[in-house]
Amino acid sequence: MSKGRVWKYGDDVNTDVIFAGKYTYQQLEPAEMAKRALEDLDPAFAKNVKPGDVIVAGKNFGCGSSREQAAACLRYAGVQAVVAKSFSRIYFRNAINLGLAVLQSSDAPDALRTGDEVDVDFAAGTITRGDRIFAFFPLPASVIGIVEAGGLIEWTKKKLSAAGG
Amino acid sequence: MAQTFSEKVLSRKAGRSVRAGEVVTVAPDYCLSHDNSSAIIAEFKKIGVPKVKAPEKIVIILDHIVPAADEKYAQNHKTIREFVKAQGIPNFFDIQHGVCHQVLSEASFALPGKVIMGSDSHTTTYGAFGAFAAGIGRTEAASIWATDEIWLRVPETLRVEFRGRFAPGVFAKDAILKIIGDHGADRANYEAVEFTGPSANEFNISSRMTLANMAAEMGAKNGYFEVDDRTLAWLKRRARAEFEIFASDPGVAYEAVLEYDLSALEPQIACPHTVDNVKPVREVEGRPFHQALIGTCTNGRLEDLKVAARILKGRKIHPDVRALVLPASREVYLAALRQGLIEILSEAGCVILNPGCGPCLGAHLGLLAAGEVVVSTSNRNFKGRMGNRDSEIYLASPATAAASALEGKITDPRKFL
Repeated sequence: MSKGRVWKYGDDVNTDVIFAGKYTYQQLEPAEMAKRALEDLDPAFAKNVKPGDVIVAGKNFGCGSSREQAAACLRYAGVQAVVAKSFSRIYFRNAINLGLAVLQSSDAPDALRTGDEVDVDFAAGTITRGDRIFAFFPLPASVIGIVEAGGLIEWTKKKLSAAGG
Repeated sequence: MAQTFSEKVLSRKAGRSVRAGEVVTVAPDYCLSHDNSSAIIAEFKKIGVPKVKAPEKIVIILDHIVPAADEKYAQNHKTIREFVKAQGIPNFFDIQHGVCHQVLSEASFALPGKVIMGSDSHTTTYGAFGAFAAGIGRTEAASIWATDEIWLRVPETLRVEFRGRFAPGVFAKDAILKIIGDHGADRANYEAVEFTGPSANEFNISSRMTLANMAAEMGAKNGYFEVDDRTLAWLKRRARAEFEIFASDPGVAYEAVLEYDLSALEPQIACPHTVDNVKPVREVEGRPFHQALIGTCTNGRLEDLKVAARILKGRKIHPDVRALVLPASREVYLAALRQGLIEILSEAGCVILNPGCGPCLGAHLGLLAAGEVVVSTSNRNFKGRMGNRDSEIYLASPATAAASALEGKITDPRKFL
């Protein structure tokens, strides 16, 4: 079990508000990226986020640009998981490829509020707040290998060395 | 079994018959990246292989912040140029060419039946030519460079059928905004969008690119038109390689079918701060604004500049408004120059920017201050995208942007056309 506090947002949280375009083509250090996370949505987030915190949102989280920093900056900020009703396609792929847990849940997003204390149990596929337990969909089997390897770069390294390359 | 376009393309690539929902590993035909190539290079180096696997498949086009706006961006470009040389990547387009999606299409990598992956969300644009084209992230692009492979989930297909003809003053941009407004920014999440129907031929190549480009704003993995006489006419002059034409079989199962009568459409505008917050222009007519932007990968082609010039010819833009014109590519720029469009637009008071992404993604060349409003022909109006977080972006057709620039307030363009 891994405890954290909830940061709750709405539907269609887009990549521009998660990580602004003006920083996207600069090579920033992880700590610098973390400071800019959600800058145009919630300036209080980067100042107050703690390791293990959980972002909870509605549908279509991460819509917009293909920029990976929108996934990376949250991981660098210490976010252990994003729980949403649905994720935009490229964001979902990017998050998996970078090792940010993206958890799809139909009921948790409506019930959870900013400041709630939750436990995320990846093995059991549950998010618990007090005596309420919410389920999230397990990741598709096809991508579990990537997550288990620690992201796409590690997975590709393994694949290439297994192939003798 | 009947198959969709996407199932056919990915079946051929995978070497077996695949259905929607399956995951396949394929070798893409081309892999696009732009200014983000330096970040891809950093990821590629972590993988630890010395050379890219298939340099001829890599297409790198510098467009996002061109020319470099500051030292950091300059270093970014320098890193990319050095890598391109060291790796012997033949398809490199430096800062003078224009927006990647326009340049890649003009250079005719975008061919029917090709699988094109791009580290840019608007990679969907190449569906205009019957390609299977989808956006990916940087790490995935690095992995393609190293392995010449990517995993893809075969998408379900949403069919959009068009009938009727556009009324004067109504354009492809209005059609795609209407669809996104009606059905939401996640309607086609993970799906392929097939633009078809008896009036698909109403859309010229430029308009098809506008629709396929903005399929990304419906969440689509890819969006495409079927290959027809217009596509073949374009390809005749340009195709750089063999290609294969695929189309969905009759009677194939679609996730859903949406129907649109083009003749019933009127000019549309996406209001702040989501692309699906769409209204008829007349409902927001009269709203004052500060800057018009005509251009980008969505609407920076010759036909877009032509309609703007038609409206602005012999007139002056409103003194309270700035207007930026951003041809999508050097080819477009030169054609507009030769046809006298640039002169008309400049005489009207427009600032002509160099081909590229310009201010669209919020990094340089005409950003907004707090409280300012832009009417833009680009594809995204998210909060803060084009500058200050307290600015506002309205998305519309080039005609609406030009008419609004004349009046100094949001204006239905039909009175000028």
